[in-house]
Amino acid sequence: MESVLGRYRNLIILVGVLFAQMLGLAVQVKRTTDTESTRLIRIWTVSAVTPFEKGLVWIRTSTYNIWHNYAYLRGVRQENRDLKAEIERLRIEQVRLKEDADQARRLQALLSFKEEYISKTLPAQVIGSTGSELSRAVYIDKGSADGLEHDMPVITADGVVGKVLQVFKRTSLVLLLNDQTSGVGAILEKSRIQGVAKGTATGEVFLDRVMSDQQVEPGEKLLTAGGDRVFPKGLPLGTVTKVSPGQEVFLNVRVKPAVNLSRLEEVLVIVKKEERQAVAEDVAPVRAADVLAQRLPGVPDKPPADDPNKAKTADSASGTQNPAVVPPAVSPNKPPAPKPNASTGSVPRAEGVAEKQSSGTPVMKPAVSNTQTNDAKIVEKPSKPAASPQSGIPPQ
Amino acid sequence: MPITYTSGEQVEVYRFSVPVTIGVPLVALFLQAWLPLHIHFFSVFDLPLLVTIFFAMARRSQVAGLLTGGIIGLLQDSLTHQPIGVYGIAKTIVGYGASSLGIKLDVENAGARFLVILFFYTAHQTIYFMIARALVRLTLEWSWQRELGAAVANAVLGVFLFFLLDRFKQRT
Repeated sequence: MESVLGRYRNLIILVGVLFAQMLGLAVQVKRTTDTESTRLIRIWTVSAVTPFEKGLVWIRTSTYNIWHNYAYLRGVRQENRDLKAEIERLRIEQVRLKEDADQARRLQALLSFKEEYISKTLPAQVIGSTGSELSRAVYIDKGSADGLEHDMPVITADGVVGKVLQVFKRTSLVLLLNDQTSGVGAILEKSRIQGVAKGTATGEVFLDRVMSDQQVEPGEKLLTAGGDRVFPKGLPLGTVTKVSPGQEVFLNVRVKPAVNLSRLEEVLVIVKKEERQAVAEDVAPVRAADVLAQRLPGVPDKPPADDPNKAKTADSASGTQNPAVVPPAVSPNKPPAPKPNASTGSVPRAEGVAEKQSSGTPVMKPAVSNTQTNDAKIVEKPSKPAASPQSGIPPQ
Repeated sequence: MPITYTSGEQVEVYRFSVPVTIGVPLVALFLQAWLPLHIHFFSVFDLPLLVTIFFAMARRSQVAGLLTGGIIGLLQDSLTHQPIGVYGIAKTIVGYGASSLGIKLDVENAGARFLVILFFYTAHQTIYFMIARALVRLTLEWSWQRELGAAVANAVLGVFLFFLLDRFKQRT
């Protein structure tokens, strides 16, 4: 017996070591969500490897900064001029976008929309990878000591990178969007078709669960849908590059990620999100008549004067409404008629409770609370009851 | 203090100092994790595997080889988010096989090393593929073209790396 054991000693040790590893593997696979059992060995390895990575990143960044800040100053004047011109262009663009955003907020406020806002982000440096093509994840130089937690979204200015998967004290592992175990709730920008953006073993990203009878065009942008409770809604995920028939009743929608996931250097971790009611900020109270009149641009009380711009200027100068708001086409004194909601076809009802102002004039208090509408308060003089769809005014 | 894991009679057995025994695998792991971020094609290489083969063949001890492979593999696993043990099992087998081969063959010249690395890289990938699919249920796609290309690339790198690591060898 001893001679047999001695003869096959090495083979027995091999089988023993393999058996122990397979047993450990089986236990981990069974506990699909629990990584605590292997956390210690992960901490040891990460603690052994990441300090070197951090050191190298620091040396590289410092060298780059010295070169960039002190040595490489040629062309800075020209660059400065170009940047100033760019700022001017962006300012003009900003004014236009602000008006659009204000209008969108007012409408959202009226519809009691709740939105998720990114309220705090933490910049982090990518210091290393997993070194395996089957585990598409990167290490960043921020950890639990910096306030990072499991499942926090990670982005760049271009779009979504992934989410925090494992958090150590000074480092964290970020699962990339193109890993085969990754999945993000997604929506196509124009067609509003929803699906799940999933990675594959080869590092590609596909939009999963899109029915074959739906129309998806290459070139369409893919955004986060916000339904997965990890990523806020509307962050760029990528662009559709190829659409082909897939298995069963689904389409194969290949997506090029918005972020170059193989060239990551700095990322932003969203450490705080807020869900709050959409409000129209910096907008003076608007009368209900004005709000409703905006919805009926084609029913003017008086025909515009010779120069419609003059009337517009006069209206704005009166201070009764925000200049950003398009002036009403009807007189505020005349009861306006509601317009059906463009998207749903429903008609906004002027429901409310009649109240008396201090001056004694009764006003209609809208059914929508003031906190919801905030500064876009709907206060109307009920000289005549608000028009309803039954009033005979055809919806536009 | 030098460490000797085994002894040989007909073939020369080498030993390595403690800093080399610990430091070389750690540096290999570090480079494997760091370089692909900056040199994207570097992800084709498997430095921890090359180090495993080198140590296993130089020491010419099956137990030392399988333990070296197992430990390096487990450390490599622990850097990923996948279950720990997939690389561990694959490298344990490779370590055992490489040391078994090292006992019987002289693999000191470049041609023999090239072929040995080519064979063990392919074996490693095959074992990894089977474990990942059968035990962990990962979705993997096997491509002979890609694997053979990666095997040749690793073999070329391995030949140069082995000559570099030969400097750390100490005769028993």
